Amino acid sequence: MQLVTNDHVSKPSSARRLKKIGQYAFLIVLMLIVVSPFLLGFWTSFLPTSQISKGALWGKLSLANYWAAFTTTPILRYLFNSIVIASLTTVAQVVFCSMSAYAFVFLKFKGRKFLFYAFLATMMLPFEAEVIPNFMTVKSMGLLNHFAVMVVPFMATAFGTFMLRQSFLQIPKELKEAADIEGLNHWQFYYRITLPYSRISIVTLAAYSFLTSWNQYLWPMLTTFSDNFRPVQDGLRQLQSSETFNNWGMIQASACIVVIPTLIVLFIGQHYFKAGLNEGSVK
Amino acid sequence: MLQRLPKQVDNSLPSLNLAAKYKLTDSGYAIVFLGPTLMLLVAFVFYPMLKTLYMSFFLTNDFGKTTAFVGLSNYVSLITSSSYLSSLGATLVFVLAVSILTVVLGVALAVTANQELKGIRLFRTLFSATMGVSVSVAAIFWLFAFNPSVGVFAQLSQALHLPVVNWLTDPKSAMVAIIISTVWMNLGFTFLIIFGALQSVPKSLYEAADIVGISKLTQLFKVTIPMISGTLFFVMIVTLIEAFKSFGLIDMMTEGGPDNATNLLVYRIYQDAFINGNFAQGSTESILLTIIIAIFTLIQFKFLGKRVHY
Repeated sequence: MQLVTNDHVSKPSSARRLKKIGQYAFLIVLMLIVVSPFLLGFWTSFLPTSQISKGALWGKLSLANYWAAFTTTPILRYLFNSIVIASLTTVAQVVFCSMSAYAFVFLKFKGRKFLFYAFLATMMLPFEAEVIPNFMTVKSMGLLNHFAVMVVPFMATAFGTFMLRQSFLQIPKELKEAADIEGLNHWQFYYRITLPYSRISIVTLAAYSFLTSWNQYLWPMLTTFSDNFRPVQDGLRQLQSSETFNNWGMIQASACIVVIPTLIVLFIGQHYFKAGLNEGSVK
Repeated sequence: MLQRLPKQVDNSLPSLNLAAKYKLTDSGYAIVFLGPTLMLLVAFVFYPMLKTLYMSFFLTNDFGKTTAFVGLSNYVSLITSSSYLSSLGATLVFVLAVSILTVVLGVALAVTANQELKGIRLFRTLFSATMGVSVSVAAIFWLFAFNPSVGVFAQLSQALHLPVVNWLTDPKSAMVAIIISTVWMNLGFTFLIIFGALQSVPKSLYEAADIVGISKLTQLFKVTIPMISGTLFFVMIVTLIEAFKSFGLIDMMTEGGPDNATNLLVYRIYQDAFINGNFAQGSTESILLTIIIAIFTLIQFKFLGKRVHY
């Protein structure tokens, strides 16, 4: 009975069916290319290291590697550190970038144009080329090896300002005029109208800054030296280069522990992300 | 509440008065709204850039303090050093290979995912998955894949009775390994952007092409790619700029080796400044990197300028 309805839906001639098989085959090949490193990582994270080091990709599956990662390595502490660092950075960026974007869109002041171009210009300067003086700055501020060193330099970005500015520009002029007449001051208009109106862009910026902070690698490597403050990227590097190097099962399990939260965030936030990416500066 | 307001415009206070009143306070607000961001950018972007430039004209001691002014001689010795030039060459090869491969594969993924098939959403989600992978995780996955004794590549070669390549200890293959890993990491983001562009190509174009009897492959090159050429160019430049800044995968997979084959520009800055303590040389290399990246960013801005209203 079920088959009948299926036939009714597609009614394929054999050529069309062949074409469909071809389409799916191609999709599956591409998908395997993309996900095979994940699959390999996930699969081996359940295998005993003794098997993996023999070159075998089979064996008794268990959660032993995960248990070992949780109990013998500071991986959970690294995760916690990263969550703290990335959350603080995200909140700060959303607040400061939206405020500066507001200033560029709704406030008239001397030097606005000049400042805007100065902001734009900073987008040309790679952070990687500025680590030397920045390292000296945070060192002299006494921030080394602390959460603050991972948060303070990234609390505001020109990119975030630019992105939100693009979004604030879409707010209808009539809304601002009406608010002026109503007697809303800039704080009220910023807080009650601008932020809710541009929430998709705000969420996009939040996701973007969270992921960027989470993915920081060079900076934490230079500025954090203890497990109490080390974020996951540097933590995994530490695990991989330490004596556990040949314990492949546990290393893969640690990598999976780190990647699963971001994958979940990505899959849930994808809908927003796509909308934001396509409405923002990228088109 | 706000909707009924426009009606009041006519009988409200003269709008000139209002404007004048707000003009007075705008500068005050600007200080509050812009102040924090401005201070942060000055401290962590403008100042370090100038300081880097300054340091590149000096010699420095182990603590990064400037000692003697040497003018442009840091620059001269850098661009005449064969080791730096080979780093620069390797970086250019890397950057070009990564951006071209990323865009080609990104187009392949996006075009394939742009068909109306059952379950296509699952494929779309999976295609974007590498966007959720951070550097160190990618490095671990690929270190395992390229491992000469337990890795899949080695096992495949063994099974096929081919010589086993020790991917990460041979200069040429190490570069290939880094390129593959980087392209893989880029795919998710690139896919999402190109896919977004594809969806905005009018369907009528394809219908017309179908009627005229143009094959799907020809449609790809004559309709799809020209229609999204702007996006492709944008993705290419973004990928290029990001590739110039590559650091994490290199640090975990090759540490710039073997034989400096993967000692790309940013890794070199790190080594010269923070491992060898030569901050002046690190600063000089930073300035050269900035110039390179600034050029590509300007190209990108020029492109954006056409599509974004100011």
